[in-house]
Amino acid sequence: MIYWQLFINFFQIGLFAIGGGLATLPFLQQLGLRTNWFTMQDLANMIAISESTPGPIGINMATYTGYLVAGVPGAVVATFSLVLPATIIVLIVARFLQQFNENRLVQNVFYGLRAASLGLISAAALSVLTISLFNTEAYKLSGQLAQFFDWKSIVLAVVLFFAMKKWKLHPVLYIAISAVIGVAFNFAGK
Amino acid sequence: MYLDIFLTFARVGALTFGGGYAMLPILQREVVDNRHWVSEAEVMNYYAVSQCLPGLIAVNTAIFIGNKIKRSRGGLLAALGVVFPSLVIITLIAAFISGFADLPLVQNAFAGIRACVFVLILNSILKLRKGSVVDLFSLIICVVIFLLSVLTDLNPILFIVAAGLAGAFWRQNRKEAKR
Repeated sequence: MIYWQLFINFFQIGLFAIGGGLATLPFLQQLGLRTNWFTMQDLANMIAISESTPGPIGINMATYTGYLVAGVPGAVVATFSLVLPATIIVLIVARFLQQFNENRLVQNVFYGLRAASLGLISAAALSVLTISLFNTEAYKLSGQLAQFFDWKSIVLAVVLFFAMKKWKLHPVLYIAISAVIGVAFNFAGK
Repeated sequence: MYLDIFLTFARVGALTFGGGYAMLPILQREVVDNRHWVSEAEVMNYYAVSQCLPGLIAVNTAIFIGNKIKRSRGGLLAALGVVFPSLVIITLIAAFISGFADLPLVQNAFAGIRACVFVLILNSILKLRKGSVVDLFSLIICVVIFLLSVLTDLNPILFIVAAGLAGAFWRQNRKEAKR
């Protein structure tokens, strides 16, 4: 039953993704690989849509995945399953906030968790890197190293990196500009 | 009152682009300046704790504030409120996009956007690094988890649990050794 699978998977993500929306990324990546519900490219597109629409990124990604897998009911199930474990935990922690903040064991556990979460997000970023800046497919076909690099995308990424450092504009603007550049310079080669 | 909580947090959800960090100024304006439900300091405190709990920072902070106003029911309504706009907007977009995904125009646009997404993620990682890698041992945890995650197909849940245990043992033992 697809809804049950969505519930179980997103409940787990909601329970173990620590450090905000982006922490759901490594879990979603693994979910995609395991279930074939969506490809890595879908996932990258999903992130783009989540960043350029209102609402917390994690919620947007859950809604989007749920919709891809099982339509509107899927979107609802995935979203609520993602939020459920945190809701329960936060309501409990709220009662003991003082003790929770001062508890050494809790602090020490989270010291490890935050570091691990960063490692996981970095690993997920690496796979976003491979699908966004490299042509693994073209390279496999031709075997030529020059075709491995997606030069247009690499140049765009480097320019964006420095542009974002210099001008702290809203991410949506950068996404919109990138979309225009992608169309203008035929980024997908279509 | 309950409707008021739901609508206020729905507004926060609808006005936040990008989640967590982006939500803070909007949240402060709505619940501190406009409604006087909680103080500025309380918001910051909730926000800090939310970052190290499972789940999404924006949602967790909302639940804390809702809980403060009207106990558990307030918390639940705040959570529903924050989530509601995303659910509607993303569902509409997903329905719209799937009809156009094969058009060359859309594919070219998304190819450009993906490069941008990578840079956005990279910037978030650089920002997160300050709070997450605070000493040598946390750096080791981070690097080991990164490598394991890239090189193996193990479930990330396993890494999270192991890292929590490792952090607790390391810190607890080091404290005793100092005594």
